[in-house]
Order: sequence, then structure tokens, then C-alpha cells
Amino acid sequence: MLAWTIYLSFAGALLQALLPKGRNILSRWIALAVAVVGLAITVAGFVAGMGQGREVLVDLPWVPSMGVHYLLAADGISRVLVLLTSLAAVAGVLFSWNIELRTNEFFAFYLALIGGVYGVFLSFDLFLLFVFYEIAIVPKYFIIAIWGSTRREYAAMKLALFSFVGSAMVLIGLLAAYATAGSHSTGLVELAHANLPVSFQMWCFPLVFTGFAILAGMWPFHTWAPTGHVAAPTAASMLLAGVVMKLGAYGCLRVGIALFPHGLDPWGFSFVGIGSWRDVFALLAVIGIIYGALVALAQTDFKFVIGYSSVSHMGFVLLGLMTLNQIGVSGAVLQMFSHGILAGLLFAIVGRIVYERTHTRQLAELEQMHLFKRLPFAAVAFVIAGMASMGLPGFSGFVAEMQVLIGAWKVNPWWTAAAGVGIVIGVAYTWRALQKAFFSDLLPSAHVLEQENVQHFAAITWPEVTGVVMLVSVSLFIGVYPKILLDTIEPAVKALLTGGAQ
Amino acid sequence: MSGFPLLTLLTVLPLIGAIIALGAGKRARGVALVTTIASLALALVVWTQLSVDGSMALVELHPWVPSLGIEYHLGVDGLGALMLVLSALVTLMSVDAAHRVHHQPGLYFALVLLLESGLFGSFTALNFFHWFLFWELSLIPAFFLIKLWGGARRGPAATQFFVYTMAGSVALLIAFLAVYVATNSMDFPHLTLLASTGELEQMVTAHLGPVTLWLAIGVLAGFAVKVPLAPFHTWLPAAYAEAPSPVTMLLTGAMSKMGVYGLLRIALPLFGHQIAQIRTPLLVLAVITVVMGAWAAAAQKDLKRVFAYSSVNHLGYCLLGIFALAVPVAASDTGALTSQAAALNGVILQMFNHGVTAAALFWFVAMLQERTGGHRGIGDFGGLRKPAPVLAGLMGIALFSSLGLPGLNGFVGEFLIFRGVFSLSWIAATVSLLGLLVTATVILTIIQKVLWGPTPQHCTNFPDLHAGERMALAPVIGLMFLVGLLPQLIVDSVNPTVVYLLAHWRF
Repeated sequence: MLAWTIYLSFAGALLQALLPKGRNILSRWIALAVAVVGLAITVAGFVAGMGQGREVLVDLPWVPSMGVHYLLAADGISRVLVLLTSLAAVAGVLFSWNIELRTNEFFAFYLALIGGVYGVFLSFDLFLLFVFYEIAIVPKYFIIAIWGSTRREYAAMKLALFSFVGSAMVLIGLLAAYATAGSHSTGLVELAHANLPVSFQMWCFPLVFTGFAILAGMWPFHTWAPTGHVAAPTAASMLLAGVVMKLGAYGCLRVGIALFPHGLDPWGFSFVGIGSWRDVFALLAVIGIIYGALVALAQTDFKFVIGYSSVSHMGFVLLGLMTLNQIGVSGAVLQMFSHGILAGLLFAIVGRIVYERTHTRQLAELEQMHLFKRLPFAAVAFVIAGMASMGLPGFSGFVAEMQVLIGAWKVNPWWTAAAGVGIVIGVAYTWRALQKAFFSDLLPSAHVLEQENVQHFAAITWPEVTGVVMLVSVSLFIGVYPKILLDTIEPAVKALLTGGAQ
Repeated sequence: MSGFPLLTLLTVLPLIGAIIALGAGKRARGVALVTTIASLALALVVWTQLSVDGSMALVELHPWVPSLGIEYHLGVDGLGALMLVLSALVTLMSVDAAHRVHHQPGLYFALVLLLESGLFGSFTALNFFHWFLFWELSLIPAFFLIKLWGGARRGPAATQFFVYTMAGSVALLIAFLAVYVATNSMDFPHLTLLASTGELEQMVTAHLGPVTLWLAIGVLAGFAVKVPLAPFHTWLPAAYAEAPSPVTMLLTGAMSKMGVYGLLRIALPLFGHQIAQIRTPLLVLAVITVVMGAWAAAAQKDLKRVFAYSSVNHLGYCLLGIFALAVPVAASDTGALTSQAAALNGVILQMFNHGVTAAALFWFVAMLQERTGGHRGIGDFGGLRKPAPVLAGLMGIALFSSLGLPGLNGFVGEFLIFRGVFSLSWIAATVSLLGLLVTATVILTIIQKVLWGPTPQHCTNFPDLHAGERMALAPVIGLMFLVGLLPQLIVDSVNPTVVYLLAHWRF
């Protein structure tokens, strides 16, 4: 059933492309319908999959001579991430309701991107996974380059180049693995059981892991993320930060860690406390957490604050993966889900609700607009989103970060302590942005007054309210009752860590 | 285990009130009054349901997230129930005092009620996750109450308050997660049991190496900021001074008790042995808090800052008592055991009494501000006893209570603390006496300058308390006498818990 999410999205994209120009309202409703049906399917798939292990959805031979199968399947991790994708997709359509420029083309690219993402999360064949992974890159480029803002061509090109370099590294690693395994299948499960030589895993793991981690925003390969997020139109920022970064992290876990478990073994020597690839990547993750937070603290552009916060939050995902224990990796998957929801919410508030009315993202100018009084809905939404994002208990982010911290304690207390520093800086940058953007007491300057006289803020529209309420409710619900996702995530993570995808 | 979920009801009640108040506009204060009166009544009902042996009563236990050791586990003992009554009382006083909120009253009272719910939740939680949820939840309304209704420099004050407390909370969180890693439990009673046999430390050492002392310091850091313990107190004067006075009543009357409560519910039970190891430096800090708080209060001109620093001083006595009693005592040494019990009884009484008295003092500041359009410097008033005898008389009683005059509530707690601390650490007790003396000077100076002395021209027509204010204040002043004259009303319910707790702690 879950496979239909892919076909439906691509069919929707095709329909949008065929739609005559000027039918913007119809185009929006089609996009929303496709996204909502996708959500219904993923929810049904999630509920049906409770307590189930890996379930094969489709298995057809594709390139028999190479053992390539069209193999779609879902385990607990996939089910949670496709659920995230569908939620982000619905929210993204709602926050794109005001796009008037080439609306149907926009939604065509948008739905194609969504379809590609569903495909990645459901592929259990390496070749197929890679195909969907590449499919997802192309629409991103066009969405940013055509509908974007600040330096959009530069940002789009940078994003595409980083993505392709990452993919190239992944591809080399995967071809090498296929050749070395000597198996006649490209199925993930078969390859995980192929017992690749340890020395091979030692060099192939970092290659593949880094390739995927580029897309997850791992420091120091994160630079595409803030520029890309800022340049992208709101819905694309939401998808980029919310879902596309998760593709990278998912690849790290599903391909990197599952296929090359011995790549994480100790080297046998250590240099300044670093004795394995695991230490290297954990260190990069921790640097990402702190660096992203510090840079976010120094931004003058509201959207860049959120852009860098994504780097920091994805650091938690990578750190969770590197704990290699069940609780830490489960935390990483939950953090993927949580950050997907929250990053979407934050970008929606900053890029859509606030920017479309104030036409500035500069904190120094927003400071003079007294948005708490003039846009109370946005202020309250950002307070809640900010609280969730800084990891206050009661929201999804807290449970995820808590699990990652517990997992990290089991491995290396210093990781935990450093991540703790990152959380405190996270509080500081969120609160700084919140105060400056919404609760400042500064009197407006003549320049801003002049602008304000001409513009009255448009009323908040129903798609905005619906989107915010939906994302906030999900984060709150998961924060108060994380069991519902953890029961699905934990067995899948356990299976993955104890060898093979089954 | 079974029975009516009274504690859940108590926590949810203010939340419901908050939602109603949010939409009630100008009637929000009425909604808040009804809610807080109902909460106080309910808290008093809880007070009557305590178990005789001082253990947890009204326990509610349900699975929540089993894979992370998270349970919905609630319960109260004498300590928790007293804090519930105090929180309910202080919130009621605060709502009563806040009758001039013109700017967005719905939001204001909704936040106050949300804060009350946070207090109730954290005083009844027996599982770390649940407790931490409410501990952090209470921060948000407090922040916005300062930020949106505070004085001129409210922005920096609110931010400093928030970031300091969060930094402490993260240290606490990380340390506690290490405990979870070692024990697979977040349940306070279970962990207390493990700690009392020494197993907790063994488990931590086995899993994580010799880090138990560091975990104790991490947990202490979270509470040290909240109470506060010098040198982590720097956020406090600004926050207390910039917050509107009814909010300061909540901050000092109830929220500061969350920190002391945390020390008693989490730090001492789990890390008693480690705290005993670093008892001397902690005692030094507690003594510094006591003495510095008093001296700093003496140096202030602004009444709110005087009372803010004097709160630091008064809560310093709680810290003094807590750290002094953290010492291994042989079961045969009845003298030392009695001293420990006296100190702990004193600490708990002092928590209650400081809450009531400090809230009352800030209430009087609110009234002075109201009558003079915001003035609150010591020099702005003089000889109020002539134009406003009732106000001066009642404020004098509250001030004497804060000073620790026998017969009023402030005396009993401090007396018991010093009674205990003298035999446990006579140096700390002796040096702290300096704090008592300086506080006495500060308070007598205020009485002299503000209430007595010559009446300046602009104070000759100072309006006295009107009937409504007298009605509202009378029970509070009555309570000061009641507890001062009949402390057994509280001690009888608290003492079994003190005995129970001391029997389950290991130093």
C-alpha cells in the first residue's frame, strides 16, 4: 500500500505539468489532494505496520543480469520517515498557497521531489535507492533557481554541486561494494549479509558515509544548507530542512552503517583520542552541533538563524547514529522526525507568515515592528516552535535529544557534555531571535515607519493556521506520547544494528 | 495505587482555568480567583490525606514510555503537600494583588495559572521525565510575565533569568541521564532506595567510571541557580526588581522553593554521600549566600531590591540547613540525629514561612507603588503610620516576620535550622549569625524610615488600606501569627516525613 505514495506523487506531478496555464486554484487543490491522500496512506501504513517487522511491498526483477530488483519494502524506520514526508508535504502545500508565479510548474517539481523522497525511504535495493536519491536532487535545483530569493542561482547551484559530489562518493562506494561482495544481488539485505572484508569496509565506509552526510549537513560540508534554505521559497526550505536532509541521514544509517558495520571498528591506533571512523564522525557531529548554534547566535537575518539551527540539530542526528546503541540510534531517528516537523514549522513562520507581510528578514528591522502586537498569531506560533526547537520537555525534540544524550553517555561522556553546551547555546539563539523579532521594545525608525504607513499586514489565512496547528499538534503529541513512534522505531533499529535489515 | 486521581486533578485544574482565562478578557481575574481558591481548597484536601508514616500518599502510577523508564508516577508526602499548599496560597495572593492589569489581562492570568500548574506538577512528580517537564514548563510563563508586564529593563532581566536557569537545567538533565544510563530507572523512590544502599554509586561507576561526584555537582548546579546559591544568584535581583510585584510574589514565594524542593527530593536522596564529601565548600557557599544576601540588601535603595536580596539571605538558611545535615551520623548518636531532624524540619518550615512572608512583603510593595504611581525607593516614603495606620501596622508585622521575631512565623524555621546546624557545624552557624544581625538592621531601617519617622509633605495624604485589601491581607497576617504561635500545626504533618526521609538517605 505504501508504494502508492510514490506513484501518486509522480502522477500528481505529471498532472500538474499537463495543466493549462492560469489554473492556479485548481493546481493548488490538486497538490493538496495528492499530499493529503499521501498522508492518509502513510498513516494507514504506519498503523497497519505497528508491531510488524520488515514488509516487502513490491519485488520485481529489473535488471536480472546484475541482480537489480525493483524492491520496495518498509520497516519501522521507513514507516516513520514516510509519515514525516507526508506531513511535511501537506504542510508545504499549505504554506505555498500564495504562489502565483507558474503555480502548476512549481507544484509539479514539488510533487516530483516528494515522490523521489518517498522512493528513497522505501527502497530496499541499492540501485533503486540511488535512482530515487538522484531524482530528488533535480527538482530541488529548479525550485530554488526559479522561485527562490536571496542569491537563488548561486544557492541552487551550490546545493546541486554538493549533492552531486556526495552522490558520486556514494556511487563509487556502492559499485565497489557490489563488486567486492561478488553477490548477484543489489538488495540491501543481501549485501548486508555479504560479509565484506574488514579492510574494504574500513575505506569504503567513510566514503559512503561522508557522501550521504553531506546532504545531512555534516560539518564541514554543511555550507550548502544555510544558503540553500535561505534562498529557497518557503515550501522548499521546509522540505529541504525537513525532509531532504533526512535523506542524507537515512542513507548514513541504512546504507553506511548497515552495510559496512566493521567500518566503525577501531583502527588499532589512536591519535589525540581519535581511534576509529566512529570517533571522527562523532567529533564532526559535535562540532556541527556547537558550531551551528554559535553561528546561528550571530546572524542578523532571521531565516539564517533557522538555517544554521538545522545544522546544529542535524548534528544530534549524526551523533545519535555514532553511538551505535539502540537508544542513541532510535533517538537519531526520532530526531529526524522531530526536526523535520519543527524545521518545517520554523521556516513556515519565518519565510511565509512573517516575511510575506513584513518583506524583511533583517532582525534589526523586525525589531522595530512590534510584531507581537501586530502579528500575535505568528508570535505565539514562534514561541511554541522555539520552545520545541530548543528542546523543552513536552515537545518531540526533547525526547529525541534525551535519547541521543543517553546513547552518548554510554559511549563517551565528553560527547554528552559537548552536546549539552550546544543545547544551552540553542536556547540562547532561539530566545535572541524570538525577542528581537517579536518582543522588542525598540521604537521604530523613520525608515520603518515610512514602510509601515503604506502597508497593513494582510490577515492570517486559513492554510497558514491549518499548517501551524497541524505541525504543532504533531510535535506536542509526540513529545507527550513518544511511545507511539518509539514502538515502531526501536525494533527496526535493533534489527538493523544486530545485522542485516531484517 | 487506587482511588481518585486527586493530584492529577489538582495539576489539571489551573490548566483549565488558564484556557478559560485566556478567552475571558476583562473577567480573567475573576476566573483566576475562582481557580486559585478552588486549587487552594483542593491542596488543603491533599494535606489531610497524608500517610501517617511520612511515606508517599495518593500515589498514581501508570506506564508511559516503558522503553525509556518513563512512568506517570505521582505522590505526596508532608514536604510535597506543604509545598502544594504554599504554591496555591501564594498564587492566590498574587492574583489578588494583581488587580490593575489593564494590558491583556486574559493572557496575564492564563500565564499565572499555567505557572501554578507547573508548580503543582513539579511538587507531585516522582518520575524524572514528568518532574522535568513541569520544572521547565514553569519557566515559560515566568519569562513572559517578566518580559511583557515588567519594568523598564525587563528584556535583559527576563533573558538573563531564562538563560541562567536553562543552563542549570541542562547540567541537571545531563547528570540525571547518566543516572538513567547506569540504573535504567527515572523513578525517584526507586533511585532513592538504590542510593541508600550504595548501589547507585556502584552502578554508575560500573557503567561510566568514577563520575558520581561530577553527576552530583551537575544536579546541584541546576538547583543552585534556581534557589539561588552564591555565586549563581546574579540573575535574581534584576528579575525580581523588573517583574511586576505580583509576579515577583510568585517567583520568590513559590518558584524559588522548586529549587530547595529539588535538593530535598533529588539531590540529597540520590547523591547524599557525594554531597557529604563536598560538604565543606558547599557550606562555605551557603554561608556566603546568607551573609552576602544580607549585606547586599543593606546596600539597596529600592524596596524591591532590598527584599530580593533579603530573599537570597532567607533561602540561604535553607541551604545552610540542608548542607549542614549532609553528614554521616552513626545510628547510636541520637544527639546528631536529633540535630539533623531539627535542621530538616527547620528547612521545610522556612520554605513555607519565607514563601508566605516574602509574598506578603512584595504585596505591600505593590500597594505602595499603586498609591504613588510606581515609586518604590526607601527614600520615597516616610512616617506612613500617621496617614495610613492599618497599612503600616500590617506591613510592620510582615517585616517583623521576615526579621524572625518570636511569635511570628519567620522565627520557628530559622530557630530550628540554627538549633540543628549549631551542633552539626558550629562555625557555619556562628558566621551565619552575622546574616541574622545584618538582616535585622536592614528591616529595622525600613521600619524606621518608611513606617515611622517624620511624615514628609507628599505622604500626609497617603491613602490607607481599603476594606477589600484589609479583607485580603487579614488571613495572611493571621497565618503568620498562627504558624508563629502554633508551629505544630505544620510540624506535626511534616515531622513524620522528615523522619522517613532521614531514614532513607545515606550520607
